[in-house]
Amino acid sequence: MASQYDRAITVFSPDGHLLQVEYAQEAVKKGSTVVGIRGADIVVLGVEKKSVAKLQDERIVRKICALDDHVCMAFAGLTADARVVINRARVECQSHKLTVEDPVTVEYITRFIATLKQKYTQSNGRRPFGISALIVGFDNDGIPRLYQTDPSGTYHAWKANAIGRSAKTVREFLEKNYTEDAIANDSEAIKLAIRALLEVVQSGGKNIELAIIGRKQPLKMFSAKEIELQVNETGKKKEEAKKKKSKKTA
Amino acid sequence: MALLDVCGAPRGQREDWAFPHAGSRQRSDPGHYSFSLRSPELALPLGMQPTEFFRSLGGNGERNIQIEMAHGTTTLAFKFQHGLIVAVDSRASAGNYIGTLTVNKVIEMNPYLLGTMSGCAADCQYWERLLAKECRLYYLRNGERISVSAASKLLSNMMCQYRGMGLSMGSMICGWDKKGPGLYYVDADGTRLSGNMFSTGSGCSHAYGVMDTGYRPDLSIEEACDLGRRAIVHATHRDSYSGGVVNMYHVKEDGWLKVESTDVSDLMYQYREASQ
Repeated sequence: MASQYDRAITVFSPDGHLLQVEYAQEAVKKGSTVVGIRGADIVVLGVEKKSVAKLQDERIVRKICALDDHVCMAFAGLTADARVVINRARVECQSHKLTVEDPVTVEYITRFIATLKQKYTQSNGRRPFGISALIVGFDNDGIPRLYQTDPSGTYHAWKANAIGRSAKTVREFLEKNYTEDAIANDSEAIKLAIRALLEVVQSGGKNIELAIIGRKQPLKMFSAKEIELQVNETGKKKEEAKKKKSKKTA
Repeated sequence: MALLDVCGAPRGQREDWAFPHAGSRQRSDPGHYSFSLRSPELALPLGMQPTEFFRSLGGNGERNIQIEMAHGTTTLAFKFQHGLIVAVDSRASAGNYIGTLTVNKVIEMNPYLLGTMSGCAADCQYWERLLAKECRLYYLRNGERISVSAASKLLSNMMCQYRGMGLSMGSMICGWDKKGPGLYYVDADGTRLSGNMFSTGSGCSHAYGVMDTGYRPDLSIEEACDLGRRAIVHATHRDSYSGGVVNMYHVKEDGWLKVESTDVSDLMYQYREASQ
C-alpha cells in the first residue's frame, strides 16, 4: 500500500501558470478585508469583521493573531488554513529564540511563512494554502515593518497594503492618502487605517477590529468602545473638512 | 537498487526485496546533516553501537587494549575592557608520544568568530569546521553575521545529539557581535556556559592559577596579552601534555587579530632571567 502520495496537484498549465495557486488567490479575494499601515512609530492592522449568526459568540473569531511579543499577523482567506500557518509560525518563533537566543526579525518569520507556503505548491498530494497574510512588527533595531505574503509563497515589504475583498479599492485609497503627514503620529496612522476600512465596510465601527504594535510594546487590541471613539473622531474630521470646503466655495 | 533508479520504478510501493539494506536509504549521509531541523536523525555507520564499542575497549572488556582519550592541551580565553584575549598551546600528544608541536588549536570561523579546540583533535576539527559552515550559511540566509550565543548554541546542540557516544571536545567560542564581546565554553557533554574567563585542557588548572592572580577587568591590551602569555607558558612548563608555541589572538570590535606565535621555552627563559 502506498504510504506517500505520488502525484502532484499543483502542476504547470501549458501557458506557464500554476492554476492551483491562482485559484488559491481567488479564495483569498473572497475573504474579508484586512488593511495594514506602517507608521513612523507604530504599525496598525485593521480587519473587517464578518457578520456572524445571531446565536454565535463572536469573541472567538480572531483574525489578528500574535506570533510573538513583537510580531503579529492578520490574514484573508481560508480560516482553517490560516490556523495551521499561524501555529507553525508561532512554533518557529519560539524555536528561533531557543536556538539563536534572540527574538525573530519580522523579515525572518515572513520568510519562514513564505517558504512554508511555497513548499505546499511543490509537494505531492498537497494543495496551496488559501491565505494571504499581512505580518507587522518591530525589530530589535526599532524599525517598524509590514510584509505581505500570498499563496504562491512570495513576500514583499509594504508601507501600506490591503488584502481580501475589495482590496483594490482600499489600496487605491491608501495610495492617494498615505502621506508623510498622514502617518506623522500614532493617532493619525490609526485614523488612516479606519478611513481606509470604512471605504469598503458597510456598517461602520461595529464591523471593524483594530490592533496596533508600538516600538518596544506588545500587541494592543482595541476594544469595541475604543474603535467607536476613533470612528467618531474620523467622522468629525470628515465633517470639518467638508465644512471648510463648502465655506471656501461659498 | 541502482538499476531500478535508472530505469524508473513503476508507481506504487516498491517490493521489499528491492531494498536489501532497508535502513540505509533513509539514513542521511553526514554531508547533508541537517541538525534535526527537519526531523530527528543521527549520522551513524550501520550496525555501530558506540557505547558498546568504547566499553569493549576499556579495562574490563575481553580485549586488553585501553584507548585513552587524550585531553592534552592548554587553552584559555578571557574578557577584559578592550575585548577578548584567546591563547592556546600547540602540542598534540598521543599517549606518551608527542605527535607535533605545530597544531593550530584555534579555528578562525569568520573574521569575528574564533573557536578553540581541546580534547580529541579529530572531533574538534570536524565539528568546528561544520560550525563554521553553519555560520556562513546563517550569514547568507539572514544577511547579518551570526551572534556568538547562537553559534555556541548550534555547537552545543550538535554535541547533545551525540551525547554518550564518546565525543571528546572542550571548546571556547569567542567573538564580537551586536551585543558586544561574547565568550562561551562548549563541551562534548553538551555543557554550554557563558562567562568572563575560561581555560580548558590538561593544563587548565595551572593556567587558572596564573590568570586568577593577575586578572583585572581594566587591564590594558599589553597587560592582558602578557597575562595570557604567562598563563600558557607556566601551564606548558608543568603539564607534560602541553607545549610548543603560544598562539595568541585579540578579539576587538572590528574582528580578531593574531597577536603572536611565540615559543614557550624562549619565553620561560625570559621569565627566569627577569626574576633573577
